[in-house]
Amino acid sequence: MTDGLIDGLYREGEPIADTKAPGVPLAERWSTRVFGGHLVSPNNRRKLKIIVIGTGLAGASAGATLGEAGYQVTSFFFQDSPRRAHSIAAQGGINASKNYRNDGDSTHRLFYDTVKGGDFRSRESNVYRLAEVSGNIIDQCVAQGIPFAREYGGLLDNRSFGGVQVSRTFYARGQTGQQLLLGAYQALERQVAAGTVTTHNRHEMLELVVVDGRARGVIVRDLVTGEIETHLADAVVLASGGYSNVFYLSTNAMGCNVTASWRAHRQGALFANPCFTQIHPTCIPVSGEYQSKLTLMSESLRNDGRIWVPVAQGDTRDPRDIPADERDYYLERAYPAFGNLVPRDIASRAAKRVCDEGRGVGPGGLGVYLDFADAIARLGRDAVVAKYGNLFDMYRQITGEDPYQVPMRIYPAVHYTMGGLWVDYDLQSTIPGLFVVGEANFSDHGANRLGASALMQGLADGYFVLPNTINDYLSAGPFDTVPADHPAVVEAVTSVQDRIQALLGTRGTRSVDSFHKELGQIMWEHCGMERTEDGLLEGIEKIRALRREFWADVRVLGEAGELNQALERAGRVADFLELGELMCIDALHRRESCGGHFRAESQTEDGEALRNDDEFAYVAAWQWGGGDGAPVLHKEALHYENIELKQRSYK
Amino acid sequence: MAIATQDRKTRPAGRTSVGLKVVMATTGVLFLLFLLAHSYGNLKAFAGQAAYDGYAEHLRTLGEPILPRSGFLWIMGVVLIVSVVLHVWAAVVLWQRAHRARSTPYVAFKPVQATLSSRTMRWGGLTILLFVIFHLLQFTTGTIQVGGSFDSPYQRLVAAFQVWYVVLVYALAMLALGMHLRHGIWSAVQTLGWSTRSREVPIKRTALVVALVIVVGFLAPPVAILFGLVK
Amino acid sequence: MKITLKIWRQKNAENPGRLVTYERDGVSADMSFLEMLDVLNEDLTAKGEEPVAFDHDCREGICGSCGVVIDGVAHGPQRTTTCQLHMRSFADGDTITVEPWRADPFPVIKDLVVNRGAFDRIIAAGGFVSVNTGAAPEAHATPVPKVDADRAFEAAACIGCGACVAACPNASAMLFTAAKITHLGALPQGQPERAARVVSMLDQQDAEGFGGCTNIGECAAVCPAGVPLETISQLNFDLRRSMTPSRRH
Repeated sequence: MTDGLIDGLYREGEPIADTKAPGVPLAERWSTRVFGGHLVSPNNRRKLKIIVIGTGLAGASAGATLGEAGYQVTSFFFQDSPRRAHSIAAQGGINASKNYRNDGDSTHRLFYDTVKGGDFRSRESNVYRLAEVSGNIIDQCVAQGIPFAREYGGLLDNRSFGGVQVSRTFYARGQTGQQLLLGAYQALERQVAAGTVTTHNRHEMLELVVVDGRARGVIVRDLVTGEIETHLADAVVLASGGYSNVFYLSTNAMGCNVTASWRAHRQGALFANPCFTQIHPTCIPVSGEYQSKLTLMSESLRNDGRIWVPVAQGDTRDPRDIPADERDYYLERAYPAFGNLVPRDIASRAAKRVCDEGRGVGPGGLGVYLDFADAIARLGRDAVVAKYGNLFDMYRQITGEDPYQVPMRIYPAVHYTMGGLWVDYDLQSTIPGLFVVGEANFSDHGANRLGASALMQGLADGYFVLPNTINDYLSAGPFDTVPADHPAVVEAVTSVQDRIQALLGTRGTRSVDSFHKELGQIMWEHCGMERTEDGLLEGIEKIRALRREFWADVRVLGEAGELNQALERAGRVADFLELGELMCIDALHRRESCGGHFRAESQTEDGEALRNDDEFAYVAAWQWGGGDGAPVLHKEALHYENIELKQRSYK
Repeated sequence: MAIATQDRKTRPAGRTSVGLKVVMATTGVLFLLFLLAHSYGNLKAFAGQAAYDGYAEHLRTLGEPILPRSGFLWIMGVVLIVSVVLHVWAAVVLWQRAHRARSTPYVAFKPVQATLSSRTMRWGGLTILLFVIFHLLQFTTGTIQVGGSFDSPYQRLVAAFQVWYVVLVYALAMLALGMHLRHGIWSAVQTLGWSTRSREVPIKRTALVVALVIVVGFLAPPVAILFGLVK
Repeated sequence: MKITLKIWRQKNAENPGRLVTYERDGVSADMSFLEMLDVLNEDLTAKGEEPVAFDHDCREGICGSCGVVIDGVAHGPQRTTTCQLHMRSFADGDTITVEPWRADPFPVIKDLVVNRGAFDRIIAAGGFVSVNTGAAPEAHATPVPKVDADRAFEAAACIGCGACVAACPNASAMLFTAAKITHLGALPQGQPERAARVVSMLDQQDAEGFGGCTNIGECAAVCPAGVPLETISQLNFDLRRSMTPSRRH
């Protein structure tokens, strides 16, 4: 079993490469690919079925667009309405290189900023295409009636976001994700009325059906009746989002999970860069044991708020009584050029460092002050209300403290996962017929995502990329009908049923949530903001032990044939328990620091992240090892022909 | 592939629940105009028998000779009866729909900002309907006679309201009417789509004032008669 | 804090439900209402009793999943979503009654979970602008006055939670429908379908079995997204205008 194991944990397989991006100059690749791909004639599209899992920005926009094209689309989502997918919670905005500000923005600059922001761990071809279609997204959304913020002249307003020097972010107050998702949702519902899209709410995908090497359908559970259903199609699109909830506490919605992606991974899809997670610096800290999720406070607060902790350890005085010379404005001190506006990963790590030094504030010492006293003195209270009023209200609602009077307390929280299922330029995974869009794939953000880029990627994939690339695959269809008693289908159904029975049948002593919380603590401690060789090895052992305990001692009450929320969570936690180990293995093998992945062993003398391009300029795509088998690493080398590899500096 | 909204087969706009509300609002506006005129006429009682009876006669001769005698009153009566039928019909249909929309009631239900007027529109409306029937039997057909029979409308009025319980019945009916108007006027303006955020409070205040004016206008003669101020 | 909870328990749509009383001790004022229910569920699970089913997801007040009637008020004593309600809004020793949204078009699925699919069908009836992907003109081709964009946004902020229906004495969905009518009607992009949209959406709303609006205003008073009551006036205006034959395309 241990033959050829690296670090005793994984094997290395053949390298992989994206074969779909044409070998033409960067700016011509997308148009060349669109022209080179086969098309499906309109009268043939209605014979082709496509399953879409998830209705966030990527899933809803893909479902609507494929429906408009005339395909038969079936959409599944665990929420009660497509409009509730977690894209709805995105606050800040969406980037597009419209250059409405005449500030030197361009497709190339957006491409450059995104690759650099991703710390040179993303694919040039994909990112360039993302930048290329970004403007079309804004056009489409405006035509749908999305109420973006406007200026008095009636034209669209822009603001700037972290890590860039241009104003290219379009926004709808602090609810941009909501408005964009409602636009996509309405487009989807329009296709429901037109009969091209069928939606199944409260349905969760529990298995991927692979027949003769192609993705041909899914097994879903009707969460209301508990019925296990088989749905077959010519292609399957996963738009099931990210996996931040492996940390239990994150800014993700409670229902966000990795199950759809993980089931596909176990069926053969490679999982890329699982350890790349983004930790957002400005979240409301944990207030107690019962805490169920963390709430993000917009990054924009760092424009005027000053971040500090007491100079002395264990200083429990009222923050207002701490004199200026006993405060440490640590970001302003360490990063004089960017001050409080350093990128997310740097701000998060700095907060962790001061808390580790025992200088954190609030319950458990896990928090730092974000102080608006100076801003209120400088701008006046009214100006602060106008700019940040809704955020202050939200803070007061959650904490019961008045941020106009006492400094806010903030702490970093897991926010987004850059990793995901490996896809090629066509967004197709390593299983033919299985496409992955949005946060569920790994493709565009490298090791760190810039603010306002997640919405851009979700909609780019769903509206413009997938509907063009999927034709090439479907032009070979319709594929042979899969009979309901096909061995692959029967096996998939049986495995789902067995798993549910195993979860319900254990009748142990510990609740699902207690396992999830413990997993989250392990992940946060060992695979969180700062990762070490020993810590990761220890984490892997702990996860393995917890996984064994889970299957021996989990308590799930109720029955399979009814709405059973504990059972739903149990299945998701079971998959998180496997994913967590892979994340640790990935983090362990990547012995460099890049973007959101910080290895304590790889830092500069000043404690900054130190990349190792000679050894790690690749995408780590992991193959499921099967059972207790070790995962197999496939490397996709990253080539930078249009951007020079550079070390980031924000000093 | 996609169908547009206009391809849908829909009922005419007037048959939607808002269409029914428009019917109620429009007929309500007619009632309001009638009430204002009626109240104005009643106040003639303070000017003495000659003025009051003269006004009553004037109504009968209004429009002559184009209209026959009492022609105006007949037309008005028909319009009002048709309006009542439409108003009540729409109310009943909407009441049924509302009832069916929540067949299981809340164990605990606490209105946050509803006024008593707004929540009693249906029972208040029913009260007013019963009162109007009584009122017509008393003063129009003369089927119910309180205090004696007279040819002069003024004498009929005075005789009736010297009886305390008649005044009490009218006072209760006017309370119901006032509450119905207070919410009804606001509701009609909103239903006809003329309300905006900035107009909302002025409309509600105006509704209250108009309701009070009508109630006071109607109650002034009976109360004055009861206390012997008008004989 | 010590709290007595009376929670509606209902096995499924077919079985009748009832209020069940649970005593809770050691409730922290900093807990959200849903976290308090989480802790209750952990205790129930430990005791071998089935946990209370309730809808929730984002827990930051935007997805619209959560929503229960607390002491007779949709989303409880604060004008916010249930997930943003914190236990500090209650006092030690309080008895809290928790019920699902009650409206026949929102049938109970289990305990506090209801089916709000009717809202999706109202949107499918016309709550959109008919523009296929790729068919959009350049975003700046049509300027939109800022006041119109702001008004559209305010109405578009609706989170579709259903509190308006739950709070309405008639179980009417007018505020939900009116929010979408107002949002799209305030923008130039929404004009071509404006007259047809209001009739289609209202027709669907009626067909789902919601009651009619009597302008009481409970809906806007509990709306966690602050959708104003004037949107209903806007819907009424649009509907009346659509009755003019020349306006119906």
